[in-house]
Amino acid sequence: MKGLPPVVITAFVLVAGFALCAVQFPNIASTRVVGNLLTDNAFLGIVATGMTFVIISGGIDLSVGSVIGFTTVFVALAIERWGVPPLVAFVAILVLSAGFGAAMGAIIHVFDLPPFIVTLAGMFLARGASFLLSTESVPITAPVYSTVSDFALRMPGGGRLTAVAIIMIVIVIGGALLLHLTRFGANVYALGGSRTTASLMGVAVGKMTVKIYMLSSLLAGIAGIVFSFYTSAGYSLSAVGVELDTIAAVVIGGTLLTGGQGSVIGTFLGVLIQGMIQTYINFDGTLSSWWTKIATGVLLFAFIALQQGLVALARRPVAKRAGAAS
Amino acid sequence: MENGLDPAPPLLEVRGISKSFGAVRALQEVDFTLRAGEIHALLGENGAGKSTLIKVVTGVFPRDAGIVRLGGEEVAPRSAKAALQVGIATVYQEVNLLPNLSVAQNLFLDRQPMRFGIVREGEMRRRAKTLLADFGLDIDVAAALGNYSVAIQHVTAIARAVDLSARVLILDEPTASLDRHEVEILFGIMRQLAKRGIGIVFVSHFLDQVYEISDRITVLRNGRLVGERETASLPRLDLIRMMLGRELAETTSVRASEGEHGAREVCASFENYGKAGYVAPFNLELRRGEVVGLAGLLGSGRTETARLVFGAERADGGQARVEGAPVRLQSPRDGVRHGFGYCPEERKTDGIVAELSVRENIVLALQAKRGLHRPLSRREQDEIAKRYVKMLDIRPPDPERPVGLLSGGNQQKVLLARWLATSPRLLVLDEPTRGIDVGAHAEIIRLIRELCDDGLALLVISSELDEIVTYSDRVVVLRDRAHVEELAGEAVDVGNILAAIAADSVTVALEAHT
Repeated sequence: MKGLPPVVITAFVLVAGFALCAVQFPNIASTRVVGNLLTDNAFLGIVATGMTFVIISGGIDLSVGSVIGFTTVFVALAIERWGVPPLVAFVAILVLSAGFGAAMGAIIHVFDLPPFIVTLAGMFLARGASFLLSTESVPITAPVYSTVSDFALRMPGGGRLTAVAIIMIVIVIGGALLLHLTRFGANVYALGGSRTTASLMGVAVGKMTVKIYMLSSLLAGIAGIVFSFYTSAGYSLSAVGVELDTIAAVVIGGTLLTGGQGSVIGTFLGVLIQGMIQTYINFDGTLSSWWTKIATGVLLFAFIALQQGLVALARRPVAKRAGAAS
Repeated sequence: MENGLDPAPPLLEVRGISKSFGAVRALQEVDFTLRAGEIHALLGENGAGKSTLIKVVTGVFPRDAGIVRLGGEEVAPRSAKAALQVGIATVYQEVNLLPNLSVAQNLFLDRQPMRFGIVREGEMRRRAKTLLADFGLDIDVAAALGNYSVAIQHVTAIARAVDLSARVLILDEPTASLDRHEVEILFGIMRQLAKRGIGIVFVSHFLDQVYEISDRITVLRNGRLVGERETASLPRLDLIRMMLGRELAETTSVRASEGEHGAREVCASFENYGKAGYVAPFNLELRRGEVVGLAGLLGSGRTETARLVFGAERADGGQARVEGAPVRLQSPRDGVRHGFGYCPEERKTDGIVAELSVRENIVLALQAKRGLHRPLSRREQDEIAKRYVKMLDIRPPDPERPVGLLSGGNQQKVLLARWLATSPRLLVLDEPTRGIDVGAHAEIIRLIRELCDDGLALLVISSELDEIVTYSDRVVVLRDRAHVEELAGEAVDVGNILAAIAADSVTVALEAHT
């Protein structure tokens, strides 16, 4: 049961939900709407891919929203105020965010601290740093931005698969391959099973921890760049609370919050479910957009309850054997 | 020694290993020799130093003194991983594998077959299949390890260790959670591995299994080497004597009161009391002013009996009575309510609260018994604490000192005081003298006698046979989770207890062969 049943349930919820939406608003079932959904949630899909690695390894990364915010401000200032070529700015921020994640991973491992606390500190640090750079929204007018924003593949039915959506899909596929086909991916699961056992079995736990948080922050950096394409601006208050949407997407996607089980594909489906709810509310027009949060909350509860049930089921035969201490 | 006449050096040679934890000397000058292709049982009671020896040899604990040679060459692994690399692998009772990964991933974690940076899943599964086939397993290696039984997980762990070119395989209580059939499979694998020249260290407290599988036996006691013997030429009685370390004729009973116990008032009784798979149904009467000792080897059901009596474990049959009235003991709360007290063996984890003061530890059980809505005033607490500190001679006599700072003997006294404060009718003591220095032993024993003379009923577990005969009026002997004999009066002596433990295991062994 390598994480499969929960993913199947997530897929079922997505398909059933989409069908319900389509019955009420037939226009939803169009490539146009799907294309927009992918574009709107591109940054979420990217950052959630990184979060999936972190959570499967038994950790959590609360800093991703702040890293996205910092990235948008940094990129906007670098291009608009400091006159840095966009590409150089992108490389600089990716190096910076990867280094930031690596530092958090190193602190978690070396001082044996809970990831929750370390990344919470990272969250405040990155958010504070972005305010330090600029407190107001900085519009980005570089030509590359309009080029990228205008680029799109035409889908049958008039839908547009935008550049940011393509980036997200590439990253999701790349993440899935990395997680399921490489030694690195196997070690991520191993860490989530038990750090001590993984270490006894020869996994370099320290290096892995650094790499996992580095990956998460790097993807948050990419998500930040994508976010700046999406909004054509840098703002220190952008992506506040996105870490929680991300965690929700990962959990709805069937990844166990305690680690050891999950998949990138599930996370992708979780992102789509959140996007679908958002789309439904937009179509309805009378509902407040906060209903997205309520629906997400209800789904989250349902999935956590489901996972607990599955875990309890899996543990039952083992519990019978225990209790035979001398 | 380079005259060429020496036989090949033994596979694993451990010489003069010592290890202390603070003031406690866990190992003193221990030697151990493992030859290639032999199955060598490492035996000893709880606290004898088996686990410490394994952990020192495999580098989990640094050693204070001594050397380890592997194939004649000195090795000093600094971690379990390093030990694995030189060829010493350990499989613990709780399997150290990852239940969330597939069997194949577990076998090849961090050394999967790769091509272009990608794990060759098919190749890995094929190899896993071949590897496990050597061990007589034909299972779906793509399924998560956690889906399989403990036996299969053990075999997987052994397969991984052997495939990592282990020359020495240490199996720490591998059979504790296996059923008879699974044990047979494991033994088959062990014999096969031994034939291939691997040296196997087998730690177990099941003597029948030791006699069935091992070529040689090394016994440790209290951190010292007692001796190494050929299994075939070591009678069971001698082995038990080595483990418990008592000479048959030496000890005589020095019990204080030899009263005609039939006349004493029964305070609690248990008829056909037991729990399937835990302790076979037993009859036990506990009388006022009487000490009943529970004797037997590790894993014989002593602690289990104590837990049933106290209510820490629920019986699935039989009847318990307190002062003649039938009662139900469903939880420790019930035990406390009926006036029972229980000092567990693991003082540090199950008994004292190290951060709290002596006073707070002493009033804990009494307060729990009274309930939250009837708090003890600070003055009452002080009085109680002062009384017991004086009565039991707890040192230093400072009720406000955190218990963690006291010596083992004094911690034990604080635990005793906790239960005495509830004015119990029955006290259950599990290894009350374990981990206490010798001077304090005598004091605890004196206390046990005194409490008994004050009219308390006591049920005491101990591995120290000469202690048990010193204070017990009756001794119940256990073996294989069943009460096999009850000795009373003149019959309580070390020789009879040993005979009861050994004699019974011989009959069982005979039964197993027919």
